[in-house]
Amino acid sequence: MKPLLMAGVATLAFSALAVAGPTPAGGTVSGKVTYEGTPAKMKPIDMSKEPSCAKMYSTPVLAETVVTGSGNSLENVVVYVSAGAPDDPAPSTAAVFNQKGCRYIPHVLAFQVNQELKIVNEDQTSHNIHPLPKLNREWNKSQPPGTPPISEKYDKAEIFPVKCNVHPWMHGNFAVLKNSHYAVTGDGGSFTLPNLPPGKYTITAWHESYGEQTQDVTISGSETKTVNFVFKAKPY
Amino acid sequence: MRKLNYSLVIASSVVLSCAAFLYSTPAAAQDSGQAASAQAAPAEAPPGSVPATRPPIPPGERYPEGTSHIGNLTGHTNGQDAGGDLYYRYCWGCHGARGDGNGENAPYVTPTPRNFVAAVFKCRSTPTGYLPTEEDIFDTLKRGIITSNMPSWATLSDQNRADLVAFIKTFSTRWETEKPGTPISIPPEPKVTLESIKHGKVLFTKLECWKCHGPQGRGDGPSASTLTDSNDQPIRPYNFYTGYRFKCGSTNRDLYKIFMTGVDGTPMPSFADVIKPEEAWDLVHYLRTLQIWHKSPELALWESTPEGKAYVQSEKVMNVETGSGIHP
Repeated sequence: MKPLLMAGVATLAFSALAVAGPTPAGGTVSGKVTYEGTPAKMKPIDMSKEPSCAKMYSTPVLAETVVTGSGNSLENVVVYVSAGAPDDPAPSTAAVFNQKGCRYIPHVLAFQVNQELKIVNEDQTSHNIHPLPKLNREWNKSQPPGTPPISEKYDKAEIFPVKCNVHPWMHGNFAVLKNSHYAVTGDGGSFTLPNLPPGKYTITAWHESYGEQTQDVTISGSETKTVNFVFKAKPY
Repeated sequence: MRKLNYSLVIASSVVLSCAAFLYSTPAAAQDSGQAASAQAAPAEAPPGSVPATRPPIPPGERYPEGTSHIGNLTGHTNGQDAGGDLYYRYCWGCHGARGDGNGENAPYVTPTPRNFVAAVFKCRSTPTGYLPTEEDIFDTLKRGIITSNMPSWATLSDQNRADLVAFIKTFSTRWETEKPGTPISIPPEPKVTLESIKHGKVLFTKLECWKCHGPQGRGDGPSASTLTDSNDQPIRPYNFYTGYRFKCGSTNRDLYKIFMTGVDGTPMPSFADVIKPEEAWDLVHYLRTLQIWHKSPELALWESTPEGKAYVQSEKVMNVETGSGIHP
């Protein structure tokens, strides 16, 4: 909730600035991702083969293929501007992908083309990081406990799974995107894409199990447009 | 003049029908390949995410131009019995008329035939994620890949294999947009010592090789049964107990190369960033002692210790020498 609030504040501050100053006005696309139907029940993960991770949980953790919240909200959805915005240069900050308790944190990591990707292992066990891209280079590296973070980057936009072969329940996703206008829905399923100059955009929402949807939106001035996505839940 | 024309027509029609006969099977395979890939492809795959395949080359048309350079050999795709002809004679049955690993035999082949459109190769001298060198593919063609259906093509000439390398490269644009990686440097192998073997054993435990390969290297670790390759097909970890050859060669250098480059497209990761070269040699020496049916200097040294002798005795079935223990 806190990052969302902060994002909201930042948006407000930015639009206030845009109105006051001569800087080009920035519009905002915000909305909520929900599902209809009955999603499959996520199975508890059996980590008994990896005691160092199993002991970190008092109750078994659930698989994160579909994570839902109150009010039918859907988490882990990548919402991004897929058309209409120019490609952005990669930011200098690294996107961090953590392995903790034999889970990926975050489950879905979005970052930009050529942005540094830092992969950290906080566990007391070896992991192998095996992303499975189709367009980018497919590599597979071992990361025993206590070794420095792996630094990588991807030069083509693509969304693909990443897995650890040693721990078959570990499954995540990388979303390599062309511009900086993206968000991954968290608790509550809402998202905000700020700082969009006036223009026509295609907004894409991607979910690892429910597929992707697109909507077109036109921004004029510093207005805030609401775009909501409703995914159809798969019962299995 | 008219007579000559007739004979030309007859001659060419004979050639054409022969060609049609020769090439009829790849065309049929193309249809079945399409059907199979349409079934296999998940509906939610975003468009454009899979590298495009190209249709098979119709008879009489030229193959895409391409060359390979292996030593002083230059491989070609076009020409009598050059890369294209050889591919559509020996390779397409498994690797597919489109080179996408979806050939007629593919459903019966495990692990699945290599997909040359994706251009991810197992046996490389280059770091994980990079294209192999042309020599790497050339060597794989000659050696074959044990525990898979890829046979050795040692019966072909070096020129044939160089031509095939040239043709395989034409299936993927990766060969145009990317450069093969720089081969990893392999320091000279140090002398085999007991310390080296023992340290290798420590590394085997520390790096958790046993999670897949099993505590005795029999390919039966706790994660072994869950492993899948990049095509989501089950794949078995290497079993050191049987034989002495590996998927990508049989020498100590080859073994060093396998875990320092990883076996791309499979669960086997690269350890290049996490072990030092001298440690890697220790691991090589230890892994040789797991191959208890292969008489190696490492095993001989290991068996000279009471600990090693007891281990080998306990691992050999019934403590009886069998045929496989006799080969040099």
